[in-house]
Amino acid sequence: MSKIILNDVCKSWGKIEALNNINFECENGELLVLLGPSGCGKSTTLRLIAGLETLTSGTVEIGDRDVSNLPPVKRNISMVFQNYALFPHLNVGENILFGLKARKVPKNEQKKRLENAATLLGLADFIDRKPAQLSGGQRQRIALGRAIVAQVSVCLMDEPLSNLDAKLRQEMRQEIRSLQQRLKMTMIYVTHDQVEAMTIADKIILMKEGCIEQHGTPEDLYDRPATAFTGSFIGNPPMNILTPDDLILDGLPSFPTPLAGSTIRYLLGIRPENIEISGESGIEGLVVAIEYLGADTLIVCRSGEQLITLTVKGKTGVSVGDHLRLNWKPEHIHLFNGEDGRRIEGLAGGLIS
Amino acid sequence: MKLIFQPRYWNHINGWLLVLPAVFMISLFTHFPIGSNVFHSLFSMGTATRPEAFIGLENYKYLMDDDIFWKVLSNNLVYSLCTVPISIAIALCMALLINRNIRGRSLVRMAFFTPTVLPMIAVANIWLFFYTPEYGLFDQIFTVFGGDSHNWLGNPDSALYCLIVMVIWKESGFFMVFYLAALQQLSPELKEAGLVEGSGSWYYFRRVTFPLLMPTTLFVMVNAVVNSFKLVDHLVIMTKGGPDNASSLLLYYIYENAFSFWDTSYAATLTVILVLILAIITVIQFVVVEKRIHYQ
Repeated sequence: MSKIILNDVCKSWGKIEALNNINFECENGELLVLLGPSGCGKSTTLRLIAGLETLTSGTVEIGDRDVSNLPPVKRNISMVFQNYALFPHLNVGENILFGLKARKVPKNEQKKRLENAATLLGLADFIDRKPAQLSGGQRQRIALGRAIVAQVSVCLMDEPLSNLDAKLRQEMRQEIRSLQQRLKMTMIYVTHDQVEAMTIADKIILMKEGCIEQHGTPEDLYDRPATAFTGSFIGNPPMNILTPDDLILDGLPSFPTPLAGSTIRYLLGIRPENIEISGESGIEGLVVAIEYLGADTLIVCRSGEQLITLTVKGKTGVSVGDHLRLNWKPEHIHLFNGEDGRRIEGLAGGLIS
Repeated sequence: MKLIFQPRYWNHINGWLLVLPAVFMISLFTHFPIGSNVFHSLFSMGTATRPEAFIGLENYKYLMDDDIFWKVLSNNLVYSLCTVPISIAIALCMALLINRNIRGRSLVRMAFFTPTVLPMIAVANIWLFFYTPEYGLFDQIFTVFGGDSHNWLGNPDSALYCLIVMVIWKESGFFMVFYLAALQQLSPELKEAGLVEGSGSWYYFRRVTFPLLMPTTLFVMVNAVVNSFKLVDHLVIMTKGGPDNASSLLLYYIYENAFSFWDTSYAATLTVILVLILAIITVIQFVVVEKRIHYQ
């Protein structure tokens, strides 16, 4: 059992509060991604779980055991660091076996595990090489190898792919995902890349300024963002968060004035892929930029003071300076409270029905 | 015939012109003196009545039979074998000690470095007082605990070791700075990986820190060895090589021959030996140690 539970975890350095009341559970065998912009506290959270930082308050449990005050070695975890933390003077085999030798695992057991890991990761031909003689992807694999041979069920990853180029990153993330599933590891994975998070996660925790913004499956975060921030963070290009001014409300006849009689200020979220260019009705927009991406084209329109981004399939005949009419279906609208950015559930639900 | 240089020749000429000033200076002040020194060691001392004459290896023959030479050479070996490893070990320990977040770190760092800043002459004078019989620092401490008064520097058995202690005190702080700089280059991520992997401090030091510090160790070691042969300022102040050459070192013996006895050709002979010893030691250090070093 290797369930990870954080209870009311706080971390501050002097007056600077890095984490504020973090609570979550990561189920056995689950791949949980901690996602967020830089400085949101996701790495700090991971380091607290690893025991590389000390908690200011709260508890960390790993596998039904309170590990809050245990050193990293006693927490039964492995960790992959952003820069891999490979020992430059040791060869691949020595790097992978470093922990086993420190823990005095028997020699033949070491050999067996090394062979397994090396074959699994395609490193068998490089066992005697130094890390500096290998490519970024291979170095990443050494770090993974170190995590695998430890044979512990919890693996922590701190932005493991951020030093790789885009193509390799895609390959490695699939590899990590399949390894995690094959070895049934409980994995907490830190990244700032929402694509990476969406593609490999069982569950995602989106963080902002030391707090959890939303905890859910990738589908939850995409379909029902709990806050305007989540909406604008998940998805590429990000969700349009619009202030419903007259131009927009007038342009959307199908959009019932949702908060009639209510005094709450609200925001309107609409994903670029849900916006359609319609012939006659809709919001008027002036095309200010076009980005052709191959499969899609990104069009940025200006409506009054606000910019609206939309994507259309393939190439379009649209060019900068054109006037378009934009429309979208009511069920694609997300409503957020204008004060705190929280999702307005009841009203939106009423709308959709 | 017109001379046409290919671009690659221009490259060579350019290169040589660029290093010429340095080559000139090094030749003038290093290579030429060594050559001239070897040349002079083959001649007898000229006096007013007897001009200097070529005597071949006569000086070297004399050197082989010179008991004082063998005495200072063995002194110097003891001196090097004590000061080099001990000062390096202490330097490393001090660097490891202050390379973490402890209270008053900069104060400790400064304290460790102070002996380096002091001129050798000043250090020698301070330690001369420490070693003074009866009212020197050490004797005062010893007598408090009921010990006898010692003539530390006057005793042939202890004079050399007194110098060794002092030199270690002076040198360690200097070497510490290099170790400290090297330690701060090591990525903290490595340390964290070590922690997660379950390596204890000693295991981590043995497997990671020490091997990664090897380039620094080599540099420090070469410096320490060279210093142990070339630093003799303190002898002038403290013992003048005495008593009975018990604390004399090779370079000090050369100095005495050249400037006290005015036997410059014998001094030249001794210098050749000194240069040879240093060259051999340095080559050995580089060849042997270099193989086991990982440069990043």
